[in-house]
Amino acid sequence: MAKNYVTTTINGEQTEFLCETQQTLLDVLRDVIGLTGSKEGCASGDCGACSVIMNGRLVCSCLVLGVEAEGATITTIEGIAQGDKLHPVQQKFLEHAALQCGFCTPGLIVASKALLDENPNPTETEARYWLAGNLCRCTGYDKIIRAVMDAAAELRGESVG
Amino acid sequence: MSGLSYAAPTSVDEAVKLLAGASGLAKVLSGGTDLLVQMRSGRVKPDLIVDTKKIPGLIGIREENGSYVIGAATPGAMVEAHAGMKAAWPGVVEALDLIGSTQIQGRCTLAGNLCNASPAADSVPALFAAGATAVIVGGKGRREVPVEQVPVGPGRTSLGKDEFILEFRLPPRPARSSDAYLRFIPRTEMDIAVVGCGISVTLDDKGVCTTARVALGAVAPTVVLVPDAAQALVGHKLDADTLAKLDAAAQAAAKPINDKRGTIEYRVKVAGVLARRVAAIAFDRAQGFVNGKAH
Repeated sequence: MAKNYVTTTINGEQTEFLCETQQTLLDVLRDVIGLTGSKEGCASGDCGACSVIMNGRLVCSCLVLGVEAEGATITTIEGIAQGDKLHPVQQKFLEHAALQCGFCTPGLIVASKALLDENPNPTETEARYWLAGNLCRCTGYDKIIRAVMDAAAELRGESVG
Repeated sequence: MSGLSYAAPTSVDEAVKLLAGASGLAKVLSGGTDLLVQMRSGRVKPDLIVDTKKIPGLIGIREENGSYVIGAATPGAMVEAHAGMKAAWPGVVEALDLIGSTQIQGRCTLAGNLCNASPAADSVPALFAAGATAVIVGGKGRREVPVEQVPVGPGRTSLGKDEFILEFRLPPRPARSSDAYLRFIPRTEMDIAVVGCGISVTLDDKGVCTTARVALGAVAPTVVLVPDAAQALVGHKLDADTLAKLDAAAQAAAKPINDKRGTIEYRVKVAGVLARRVAAIAFDRAQGFVNGKAH
């Protein structure tokens, strides 16, 4: 069976790859393109560790076929920082120590950025529901939520004490 | 390596030909949130995947003669952002919104939820209650059927090998109409319904119910429409006697199984309780629905 030839845009760069039909976008990102920031936790869309933004929507890359990326625009964790400058969500995760083992962190940062792109002023409840598809077994979520709320405030130009 | 092929046709005819001509198992892909999980676990082993998302009209919502038409591959997040749908069909929207996480909402579809044919599918009782129809295309042409004719058992549908759902049509919405959906789960998010209930009603200017449809999920091999429960509402205001009759009719229609999510006795009881709560929300919303807007 011939492989599928796919042209897509990942983190602003036009990218071409070959993949088997059954390979997920996550498989392609990690094993074909070498972008290993997105993690495989459950491989069934429950944990959110593989979250990417595809055509403006937050999705689990384990539930997208690689071949579906044809013509799409994809942002992975590797595309969140601008060069050496961390995104405010990344910076606030560091400042609030919103991670321990770090496995869920790429997915949580991508999901948090997607939230703030869509809703710059979320309530804590909205942030918690938005992130309900990202599982973290270390932090108990509280530091994560504080980091996201603080990043939201910074992106709105407000300083939080 | 497997011989799994992929096609993303750009027309209905092309898609139907691919499905009809497939030598092994062909699966229709819209959001993939069920299909990819089933492929991964080995429960489904397709030889061909036909991705419908490139077919014009499969993604999007439009208004036609006072009805909403929703493309079969429209992701949940797009329906939930649609002001007209939220005003006219808040029950359908809230049911769809209960499917999975934000990530799942970016992909999951009404067609996938209906054709996956889980008895516990959240959007399906709301679609049954809404009186939605599915426009199905296939080798013999096009047919429009009530959504309740699509699922026939757990994981099974009435669709032929060369058929797929093109779009859903929701009927025009008279003034003082609305709907609601609730599911019972032991937590607040990210779980599968123990029982689900969708109700759609139209009221007269005195608050008396003139038409009603009631559907229950997770209490039978498929989502079920409950005409007796609807009959308990029609001709009445939502007083204590009406609620008691609705509760009894919902319980009588519930034929659940025992499983890890709940016992038979528990599910039957919850079916009645949920029907009461959902009816209260639907009646309340209906009072405020005038000129296509929710007030």
